[in-house]
Amino acid sequence: MADLDQIFVTLKHWLLGQFANVLPECWLPIISILLSLAPILIVFPSFFAIMTVMERKGLGRIQNRYGPNRVGPFGLLQPAADGIKALIKEDVVPRAADKLVHFLAPLVLVVTAFTVYAVLPIGRNMVVLDLDAGLLFFFAVGAASELAVFMAGWSSRNKYALLGAMRAVAQMVSYEIPLILATISVVMITGTLSLPQIVLAQGTYAGLLPDWFVFTPWGFAGFILFMIAANAEANRSPFDLPEGESEIIAGYFIEYSGFKFALFFLAEYVSLFAISGLGITLFLGGWNAPFPALAFIPSWAWFFIKLIALMCLFIWTRGTLPRLRQDQLMNFAWKFMIPMVLINLIATALWRFIDAGLTRWFVCGAIVVIAYLLLGRGLMQGKKIAKRTYRFAD
Amino acid sequence: MLNQMTLSFAIIAILIIAGATAAMTFRNLVHCALAVAVAFAGLAFAYLQLNAQFVGLAQILVYVGAVAILIVFAVLLTRGGEAAEKKVFSASWIWGGAIAVAVFGVLAWAIQHSFASQREPLPEAGASVKQIGTALMTKYVLPLEVIGLLLTAALIGAVIIAMREEDKSK
Repeated sequence: MADLDQIFVTLKHWLLGQFANVLPECWLPIISILLSLAPILIVFPSFFAIMTVMERKGLGRIQNRYGPNRVGPFGLLQPAADGIKALIKEDVVPRAADKLVHFLAPLVLVVTAFTVYAVLPIGRNMVVLDLDAGLLFFFAVGAASELAVFMAGWSSRNKYALLGAMRAVAQMVSYEIPLILATISVVMITGTLSLPQIVLAQGTYAGLLPDWFVFTPWGFAGFILFMIAANAEANRSPFDLPEGESEIIAGYFIEYSGFKFALFFLAEYVSLFAISGLGITLFLGGWNAPFPALAFIPSWAWFFIKLIALMCLFIWTRGTLPRLRQDQLMNFAWKFMIPMVLINLIATALWRFIDAGLTRWFVCGAIVVIAYLLLGRGLMQGKKIAKRTYRFAD
Repeated sequence: MLNQMTLSFAIIAILIIAGATAAMTFRNLVHCALAVAVAFAGLAFAYLQLNAQFVGLAQILVYVGAVAILIVFAVLLTRGGEAAEKKVFSASWIWGGAIAVAVFGVLAWAIQHSFASQREPLPEAGASVKQIGTALMTKYVLPLEVIGLLLTAALIGAVIIAMREEDKSK
């Protein structure tokens, strides 16, 4: 079983040994880096292709229609058709556009989307760069994508594009705070910023449940807050105001066509996978199996099983929730998410210092639940919430 | 000194200088802001090359992620980011350049002759994120709190300014 678990690591070392026979020694570090990066550049775009079909199928089911079913068996070859279409389409650049910035924006976005995978542990011993400050690296690189979004919106010289970029940047800056603060609680418990070590800290089993952080009061609240903020960071429904089709057509990438548009699409999904991967690493035990009996399934397979589960959650959310209004979005971030995350930090600190047992479960759980109820009630006060009635549609 | 300069440092230095020069010479203010972001990123790479992971990553997070965005927003909200009509170089640029060279010369001379340059190089202690965190939470907790208070005051001030404007419009 250990062979299958480490198959990719062994494969890399074997390939490196083969290269060592033919190439001078000074080339080997570069070859080693390339061998680590190539799987990421192959696997995640392929996963993106599969996810587009899954998403369109899933949304189709939710909306009571079939979804793509013409290309290949069950429409599975749809992404190939889409890719060919994007490649042979004319690349239209508006005459007034800022050519260089317009060209650079999708590239910067894609590069930042892929760079964050460097610190993400995909399996046991499977991380490109075991940084001491891996979590910080993830957020630092992710923050650079805001600039790319702005570059795209501004360089297009289009009102809707600029509006979309402004909305996107405001939203990403606002939701970055709860996103980072939600991860701080994990750092407080594990005492490290290195993602592989955070995974190792969740590798034990306590009775029936594994020691994943999602199975603690603060971890549960933190995971939900993290996923909401991740959803907003990825600009997905119900937080898809920056690209709301019915309001500002497509937001910041309205003036992109052909393969550049496909690059935006790719970057959006790839960064969604990355941030879900971070959620898995921090709260869902990373590549650890949920039960000791299931540990025979390789660690990288567990990572992707969890990733697919989270993707289904994202598709489900996208299919069922309506888009927020801009003021609702901001109010939610600043009046609910941030206070909730701060209270969660207090609960985490208490969890850290109270001895293991039922007491800390009770105390931390009570703090989180009471904060949730009070904040929710407080924000709902003075608002009339009733079933919407339609004049002609009922 | 020159033989100690590695290739990576040379690339990073060129990136920083090119970004800073571009930020001064471009006509369009948004281009200038983007060039500043390049210089910020170059500075972060320089920190990372010096093995200061925390400072380097914080530099990207704060400067590229937040300050550059702030500059861009300020440019867009105040004057629409249109290109300047006037020439970028002022008529007295020679004098400005001469003063800059003189200041650089004086500073370089001072640094060369200061006691810091004769000091033995410190033993290489890769300051880990953990050490920085411990130091901030124990030895330097008061400065940290003071900075936090200052930033909170600035934040509240900004909110108050924004609120007053809203009241007037009513």
